[in-house]
Amino acid sequence: MSQIITANDLPTGDVVYWTGAGWTRDAREAALVTDTAAAEALGKAEVKARRVIDPYLIDIELVDGKPWPTRYREIVRASGPSVRTDLGKQAEL
Amino acid sequence: MYQYDSFDAAIVQTRVEQFRDQVARRLSGELSEEQFRPLRLMNGFYLQLHAYMLRVAVPYGTLSSTQLRALAHIARKYDKGYGHFTTRQNIQYNWIRLEDGPDILADLAAVEMHAIQTSGNCIRNITTDQFAGAVAGEVVDPRIWSEVLRQWSTFHPEFSFLPRKFKIAVTATEQDRAAVQWHDIGIEILKNAAGEIGFKVLAGGGMGRTPIIAKVVREWLPAEHFLSYIEAIMRVYNRYGRRDNIYKARIKILVHEIGIEKFREEVEAEWQQVLPTHIDVPAAEVARIAAYFTPPAFETIVPPVAAHEAALKADPAFAHWVARNVVAHKVPGYAIATISLKPVGGIPGDASADQMDAIADLADQYSFGDVRVTHEQNLVLPHVRLADLHAVWRKLVEIEVATPNAGLVSDIIACPGLDYCTLANARSIPIAQDIANRFADLERQRDIGELKIKISGCINACGHHHAGHIGILGVDRKGVENYQISLGGSGAEDASLGELIGPGFNDAGVVDAVEKLIEKYRAIRQEGERFLDTYRRVGAQPFKEAVYG
Ligand code: SF4
Repeated sequence: MSQIITANDLPTGDVVYWTGAGWTRDAREAALVTDTAAAEALGKAEVKARRVIDPYLIDIELVDGKPWPTRYREIVRASGPSVRTDLGKQAEL
Repeated sequence: MYQYDSFDAAIVQTRVEQFRDQVARRLSGELSEEQFRPLRLMNGFYLQLHAYMLRVAVPYGTLSSTQLRALAHIARKYDKGYGHFTTRQNIQYNWIRLEDGPDILADLAAVEMHAIQTSGNCIRNITTDQFAGAVAGEVVDPRIWSEVLRQWSTFHPEFSFLPRKFKIAVTATEQDRAAVQWHDIGIEILKNAAGEIGFKVLAGGGMGRTPIIAKVVREWLPAEHFLSYIEAIMRVYNRYGRRDNIYKARIKILVHEIGIEKFREEVEAEWQQVLPTHIDVPAAEVARIAAYFTPPAFETIVPPVAAHEAALKADPAFAHWVARNVVAHKVPGYAIATISLKPVGGIPGDASADQMDAIADLADQYSFGDVRVTHEQNLVLPHVRLADLHAVWRKLVEIEVATPNAGLVSDIIACPGLDYCTLANARSIPIAQDIANRFADLERQRDIGELKIKISGCINACGHHHAGHIGILGVDRKGVENYQISLGGSGAEDASLGELIGPGFNDAGVVDAVEKLIEKYRAIRQEGERFLDTYRRVGAQPFKEAVYG
């Protein structure tokens, strides 16, 4: 199962994903993790650099060649509340 | 309504400045997340699925119209235009930016509000009857004693780091609208034959993964010893409550493990230690606090009120709303109106900024500027003249909060669940919506009668599912949302714990199951029986057969 790195942006709390060069709000732009240990170290370094909090790896599948979470909890984070489809990333991205 | 004295104002203002400094230090890197997390939580800032969530305290569920407008302003300026009223009579915002946090707390402080006691292992926001000071049959306004507790518990140094969070509820009528038996401490205010005020004190109730109904610690506590006795309970809990295991840390486990007799012995012994410290509030101070809750200047009205009677006759939709959402006031010619935040198919407890503003205006015009939040996630205008009810209702219809469903099948408590909450196993809100849609026909709802459905998205039970006539608990079954049904719970004066009826259902299946349960009830109920009464009479078996065959 492929994985990507997710976290929350420190000042705004927004859900973010690691692109390989920085953080994006769009899960579809995330970079696939190739080395779990390195990904975890990167998460820690980004926390230390005060950019994000609470980084962790999530399972994804490729949809139209782009990563998308498989667990429902992560789909909600990547999209927004299922009961307010007018809000969150599903409405904004 | 309580107004801040200089101590309250100074405490809250100091908190704002402290938090401003803490956030600045967090963003500059001076504070790590480990250091900062407890500080933000002490100010109501959680990290949830989409962003930070801010929980604002509404002490004992009482809001002035000015405060409600400020809540609307915060929803509009710092969030996405709405807020969610909770089962602790608080409000939560789901899309908060940490960097806005200090300004939000400053805006709250300007209207005598804050987010203190909404998180952490302290004594949380005190809750009480939403009809306090308005309903007939009340011994005394329970907010007076709730306010005594608030002042005593806020930043109480001894009780700021308890083994776990601690919830206290107060009621002063025979009908319990505050679910006191489900609290760490429940207080029933009573009057004895001599006309003196006293308290029945319960302890050790709670929901979560180990649901337990509170036990009576003392049948009668004289009013003058209120705080010393509560303090003694807190001390016993603080000393013996388990800090080694988060799942066993609540007072309910302590009371359960050592037994109520031993617990009572410990409390009474501790009380003798506390009494000489003179912590009890002098009667003059209670009277000073009581003065804040002096009833508003009600007019003398002699019912029947012709305009009201005529409106009832002329407008059946209004009459339905009155029959369901309006209850008698202690003062003739007035009424208490419940504003349903449960439009059929809507999100239980959510209110938009515009709705909050409009309700604040209604409160000013028709209810002495007074609004209440209910633990069932509705709002209340507590003091409306009968003659004004029709105008109030028309406005509520316009802003879509006039569903005549208080206490009916669509008046569902639902926690935020997996749509917002980071601890959730399953969604709660869509289940509430699907059930409400299934029973959208109000005639059918009225025929079913009082039915309390309560839904939680995980075992923490914020949606009070243990106390639901029909309780629904969302669980994660191999990555798929699954819903377990329990029956026979109650959060009222006849408190009881719901019993699981069998294997869970998927999201569509649980709605079908609820419908089968309700149809079974309709088939076998006797005259005047609520769902809960029928369940108690016949037991679970007929209902299990209806659902599982
Ligand atoms: S019951 Fe669980 S899912 Fe619902 S709000 Fe509480 S912690 Fe979150």
